[in-house]
Amino acid sequence: MRMLRRCAVFISSLLLTAPAFAQQPQPPTGFVPVDQLPATESLPAAPLIIAAYAFVWVALFVYLLSIWRRLGKVESEMDALERRLGGRTGTR
Amino acid sequence: MPARGMRRAFVPLAILAGAMLAYSPVVVADASYEPTMGLVQKIFYYHAPSWFAMFTAVFTCGIASAVYLVRQDPRADRVAVAAAELATLFGLLGLVTGPLWARKAWGVWWQWDARLTMALLLEMIFLAYLLVRRYGGPGSDKLAAAMAVFGMANVPFVYVSVNIWRTIHPTTQVVPTLGPGMRGAFWYCVLAFMLLYSVLFAARVRLEHDRARLDELHLAEGE
Repeated sequence: MRMLRRCAVFISSLLLTAPAFAQQPQPPTGFVPVDQLPATESLPAAPLIIAAYAFVWVALFVYLLSIWRRLGKVESEMDALERRLGGRTGTR
Repeated sequence: MPARGMRRAFVPLAILAGAMLAYSPVVVADASYEPTMGLVQKIFYYHAPSWFAMFTAVFTCGIASAVYLVRQDPRADRVAVAAAELATLFGLLGLVTGPLWARKAWGVWWQWDARLTMALLLEMIFLAYLLVRRYGGPGSDKLAAAMAVFGMANVPFVYVSVNIWRTIHPTTQVVPTLGPGMRGAFWYCVLAFMLLYSVLFAARVRLEHDRARLDELHLAEGE
């Protein structure tokens, strides 16, 4: 029963994707100069540049934030310890 | 006294580094258009400076580790840890921006050629350094220091790999032969990244110093 269900899912998914395969343009058979390529063949540069610059900015910002948080945590722990130690020597 | 001087210089330097990075897209946009690769060449202005900063961090970490191995000076070890983290960060920036450029310029995201593979190995060495320091337990500081020295020795090979082996990556002649319209923007970005590296490095060393002081306080409390 499970096998039958799997087969049905596979066949129906094939049927659903069939129009997409049918609509695909035929690849060129001969040489095509780069300036005559269809627009869909040309990869736009802008998203790649934006992704590169955004990644650098975000990574640097996240790293800066992580140093800030770690420094804050260590310094607050140091202050608490120093206060505790100061109090202990003060009572002696 | 030098520490106080460094602390005073930190805030102006941090503001300058931030301002330079914020203004860098304008400088890059004004740089000459590269006709062969087109617009995607603009990634180069962040990609190459990332490796400049990465190599500086690697050399800092390697030299500090060598000093630590020879003299057992804990200050050198703190410098090495701080630099290793920055080497990993800037290496990651280079490894991400590179494929984004390559996808358009070469038609592939990645190529297992000498330069790219060695750069990835270098990143993995410093990632391993950090993992060893984090999870290695007692004695891992010396093992990590030896790894850092090995990583530093790898840098010249990464740099000249494009000239020695046949690789798809541009050679080291790209920067010296940059046109006058691109040279200014490139060195501006290099300066911005190096300033940023210096600021992050100073903050990271401070964190290591504070951690060491905290350990001393914990020991004092236990006594």
